[in-house]
Amino acid sequence: MNILELKGVSMIYGAVRALDDVSISVKEGEWAAIMGPSGSGKTTMMNIIGCMDRPTSGSVFLDGEELSSLSPSQLTGIRRDKIGLIFQQFHLISYLTALENVMVAQYYHSMIDEKEALSALERVGLQDRAKHLPRQLSGGEQQRVCIARALINYPRLILADEPTGNLDETNEGIVIDIFRRLHGEGSTIIVVTHDPEVAEEAERTIYLEHGRVANVVKR
Amino acid sequence: MRRKSRMTVALFAVAIGATVLLGMTAISYDIPRQMGREFRSYGANMVLVPSSGARLEISDAMRAARLIPPASLVGLTPYRYEMVRVNMQGYTAAGTNFDEAAKTSPYWSVTGHYPKDPLDVMIGSDIAEFTKLPLGAAMSLSGRTEEGNRFARDVRISGIVRTGSAEDGFIFMKLETLEEMTGSSGVAELVEVSVTMNEAELTSLAARMREEAPSVSPNLVKRVTQSEATVLTKLQSLVFLVSSVVLVLTMICVGTTMMTVVMERRKEIGLKKALGAGNDSISAEFLAEGLILGAAGGILGAFFGYMFAQAVSMNVFGRAVSINWYLPFISVLVSILVTMAACMLPVRRAADVEPAIVLRGE
Ligand SMILES: Nc1ncnc2c1ncn2[C@@H]1O[C@H](COP(=O)(O)OP(=O)(O)OP(=O)(O)O)[C@@H](O)[C@H]1O
Ligand SMILES: [Mg+2]
Repeated sequence: MNILELKGVSMIYGAVRALDDVSISVKEGEWAAIMGPSGSGKTTMMNIIGCMDRPTSGSVFLDGEELSSLSPSQLTGIRRDKIGLIFQQFHLISYLTALENVMVAQYYHSMIDEKEALSALERVGLQDRAKHLPRQLSGGEQQRVCIARALINYPRLILADEPTGNLDETNEGIVIDIFRRLHGEGSTIIVVTHDPEVAEEAERTIYLEHGRVANVVKR
Repeated sequence: MRRKSRMTVALFAVAIGATVLLGMTAISYDIPRQMGREFRSYGANMVLVPSSGARLEISDAMRAARLIPPASLVGLTPYRYEMVRVNMQGYTAAGTNFDEAAKTSPYWSVTGHYPKDPLDVMIGSDIAEFTKLPLGAAMSLSGRTEEGNRFARDVRISGIVRTGSAEDGFIFMKLETLEEMTGSSGVAELVEVSVTMNEAELTSLAARMREEAPSVSPNLVKRVTQSEATVLTKLQSLVFLVSSVVLVLTMICVGTTMMTVVMERRKEIGLKKALGAGNDSISAEFLAEGLILGAAGGILGAFFGYMFAQAVSMNVFGRAVSINWYLPFISVLVSILVTMAACMLPVRRAADVEPAIVLRGE
């Protein structure tokens, strides 16, 4: 069953066709990678899949729902309930501790639960860094906090835009391990990456070029 | 850190706004009371005269005066006039109480001093000029008693007074001295009264006085009370104007500060929206910040405003200001409302932030 389906999706910024008639689908529990040169439309696509932007044309089905028919607040609800986001720049709130950063996602989702937030940090191996501020954490640790935050509300779909882009090899390995585990537990993961090593882990790699799907490679 | 200092600036803006607001309102509320007293220095605002005949029983006047609340009575001065002669020249002698005259006629400018001894007199500046008599000089004063017998006394000039009116041609002495000379007491031509009351209160007071002592006819000195009223309205509208300007400036300062804060926190707002925060939660967060800012600034301002009003009152009027208990509450409330109003636009701007900016990593 497809959890995600893009049909003829285009995103046009003035003269730029950031996405040009893209049609792809992702199965539930699948681990897909998206690759492509800079400016090929990867982030644009993630924004559309993550309900943060609407395409100029085409339709997107997420978990059986057609997104263009939804109101902004319904899209907010989908982001909250179904999407877990992992960023290249981590985007932790600088004046909150690791634990509080995880709890922010709980706060907007339903209610905060410190125990659950702590066990999420435990799953990424950061239980003893819970009270640290982002600037007291290494890049790899910050990324793991970001992952814990993305997972806290059990999203149907995990979206990661260059999750290892700012990490060294050791930390990249740690993050890939976490993804592997999540995949093993049945999570659906879409990861944008420049790194062939990360892409290799995925079951399928979609290549974008000039906003079009140039190639799809199955492993 | 930068955000904290920005919020401090905004806090000060609110506090200063509230200070001016409370200070100005407190003073303008208190001004009628204070000014009433100050304006009295421009003379009595009520004159008691006999309702018939030439003279008034002082005891009747006192009975009428007992209707005045002690707190608003500034002064009560009897004047008794007699014709006297000095060197064959006729003058009006005025017997009065100088302690009270100093209160009802504080504008009198006296060289030397008010009469202290029974045989001290104070002459008007016109007489001083005409007779060329200096301070301390002796004068032979004569006249007729009530029974028609002649009296004569040697008196000493203890002071020369300039009143700026016909009284500059009078010879002032203690009422008791005049009574002793003429051999009759307890009467006066008029009694000047100075009270801290507005025109309406004065009118009702006069009516009650007439009832209490029908032989006494209280007359309001209209010119003074009316000019007081105009000056006060003008002062209060000035205070209102200044307060409004200060509030608008506070709003602008808070508004721009909040706008800057929103702009600085665009990333954070975008992130929260990407995590599923609705526009209402984002707005509520900023409004809560505005509420705290307004309340804290308002409380600080109420405190400093009270000090400010107190300082002004002490300096200008030499008396403590009295503040209605609800004024500080109103000023805190107004601060909160003004701050919240100033936050409206920044809050809308915050709600407009697109979650897509987080992935774009601007
Ligand atoms: N808000 C926007 N306004 C105008 N043009 C945009 C906007 N966002 C993206 N673009 C353009 O769309 C194209 C695709 O951008 P996108 O960010 O999706 O690329 P990307 O594949 O993520 O690149 P990178 O690997 O560098 O992150 C680019 O040419 C970009 O300049
Ligand atoms: Mg990108």
